[in-house]
Amino acid sequence: MPSGLFGPDLVQMYRTMALSRALDERIYQLNRAGKAAIFGSAQGHEAAQVGCIRATDPSRDHYLIFYRQLTAMLELGTTPVELLLGFLARQGEPLSMARQFPLHGAHPRVDLFSFSNVVGTQVPQAVGVALADQMRGEDRVTVVFFGDGAASQGDTHEGMNFAGIHKLPVVFICENNRFAISVPLRKQMAIENVSVRAAGYGFPGVTVDGTDMVAVYEAVKEAVARARSGKGPTLVEAMVYRLLPHTTDDDHSRYLTKEEIEHMRREGDPLPKTAAMLKRRGLMTDAQEAEIKAGARRAVDEATEQAEAAPFPPVEDMYRHVYAEPHGVPPAHGPKSG
Amino acid sequence: MPVMNVVEAVRDAMRLEMRRDPRIFIMGEDVGARGGVFLASEGFLQEFGEKRVIDAPLAESSICGIALGAAVNGMRPIAEIQFADFVWPAINQLVGEAARVRYGTGGRKYAPLVVRIPYGGGVRGGLYHSQSPEVVFAHTPGLKVVAPATPYDAKGLLTSALRGEDPVIFFEHKRTYRLVRGEAPAGPYTEPIGSAEVKRPGTDLSIFTYGLMLHYSLEAVRIVHEQDGINAEVVDLRTLRPLDAETIIASARRTSKAMVVQEDTLAVSVGSEVAALIAEHAFYDLDAPVMRVGPPDLPPMPFSPLQEAAFMPSPEKIAVAIRKLAAV
Repeated sequence: MPSGLFGPDLVQMYRTMALSRALDERIYQLNRAGKAAIFGSAQGHEAAQVGCIRATDPSRDHYLIFYRQLTAMLELGTTPVELLLGFLARQGEPLSMARQFPLHGAHPRVDLFSFSNVVGTQVPQAVGVALADQMRGEDRVTVVFFGDGAASQGDTHEGMNFAGIHKLPVVFICENNRFAISVPLRKQMAIENVSVRAAGYGFPGVTVDGTDMVAVYEAVKEAVARARSGKGPTLVEAMVYRLLPHTTDDDHSRYLTKEEIEHMRREGDPLPKTAAMLKRRGLMTDAQEAEIKAGARRAVDEATEQAEAAPFPPVEDMYRHVYAEPHGVPPAHGPKSG
Repeated sequence: MPVMNVVEAVRDAMRLEMRRDPRIFIMGEDVGARGGVFLASEGFLQEFGEKRVIDAPLAESSICGIALGAAVNGMRPIAEIQFADFVWPAINQLVGEAARVRYGTGGRKYAPLVVRIPYGGGVRGGLYHSQSPEVVFAHTPGLKVVAPATPYDAKGLLTSALRGEDPVIFFEHKRTYRLVRGEAPAGPYTEPIGSAEVKRPGTDLSIFTYGLMLHYSLEAVRIVHEQDGINAEVVDLRTLRPLDAETIIASARRTSKAMVVQEDTLAVSVGSEVAALIAEHAFYDLDAPVMRVGPPDLPPMPFSPLQEAAFMPSPEKIAVAIRKLAAV
């Protein structure tokens, strides 16, 4: 049994994964019904995300996420209705007032933010967050997530380099799903694993099986402990499979064979794998598994009903929050008088 | 009041605010032991230490991205870009990211960073030490863009930027750093961001300008006043976003003739916006079309001295334009 994780924790983590999967499937349905605009599915990434978040402390740590992080958001206490308000762009959406794509903005209760769709930008930003903590002597860790695609960005390199120099309390988490939309790893890098790059920045890098939530938890736990003790950053690479196309607007049959897709779904789905592990350890029965899945579906149904009942935000809301003071009522900078 | 030059005013503002506010730190290339290539942070390493005076790797995108992250997490970073020509790798972190933090989080987060950018030509800087990229930032909602021309304004406006709650891109004209001297109070004070100032009142026409071109315009106005009796008004924009539309329009209405003088490429520029504002709001008060004075439409700017001089607007060139507009 891993340190700090007990049977009920493992079952709770599986519950989050099951909830994420049910919500993920619902968002796809809403997209296909023309109600939700776009979605980058987290299917295949669930174990990696739940394992990472479990190894951190949401009461004090910082999280900079990217767009494929439905499970992480749920594990951090975001509710299905809050997330669905984002996917449907409805009033009351708590992250960005529905100004941004879903999962972007800032969390209402946890110090989590995600500004951008330009991949990799969050890496130097996370390093800056950690720098501020280090300057003030605060015992907080910054966890920043990115994909294998973002690993190619200059910002990712620059951010890691600076974090290594100053031994900042950051954990870099690369969810490597082996594809940047359609471009496979072999066309993105001449190395097998992103984690080896850590050596070039003077800190450890480790690759783990991202379909194994306990393996991910243990790697991130160690990285967080290292960061808290002032020893500096770690790069954790979680190898996962992206079970669905890049987004609801993508079609992976254009660049994957039927056999490749089937193989991925068979070998790369963390949910049956996690369920089997829990049953093997005697932590969950078939009946309990069925109840967890049914509970997740009920929660998602209720959340869908609530979110669909919410109105769209009023037009006048778009004029707020450009600057600290009011600004931007058209014309953009017309005369103040006369 | 003490007399100081522009770079001394910048240094003074930073030093006084860093003494007052422990959240402020400076990060950039050579800002530590070297004191910055223009010596803006001379003596800071000794006074404030390595934690608050950070020599960054040569990587502008992360200088700005890290400053942005620290700002979101409660600090007040000053990011120094060594030369404006080097800011392009950081455009995404500033225009794409910093400008959208408050808006994109529904006001939950904000990024009060100040990016100081030495800019401008006439310094034998060639293509990569002469650029004026201010319009890119002035185009961007969510940013504030300041371009002072005098020591008094540089110190007061930088102090305001460091006390504000929004990202500010602060342009310092390199040629003014040591060339322009003037009085400024020894202690801290603020000048409001977003307000232009009439630096010389006049009745015959209005010149709208900023940075080094303020001084060239004032010199041109002195020449035409002495030689031709033309009495021109000179408005220093000081802030390029938000533009002080009220002061601009009032001046154009008062004199009925407007001229824009700038060092940056004229096409789609700050001067274009000033001309558009005047056309929208003072058209019926004008006695002549708005005139624009700027460089030829070439990549700024040639290194060789005759070509550089031909490229840059000068007091003499501005004087010719003033006579032409005054004669309409």
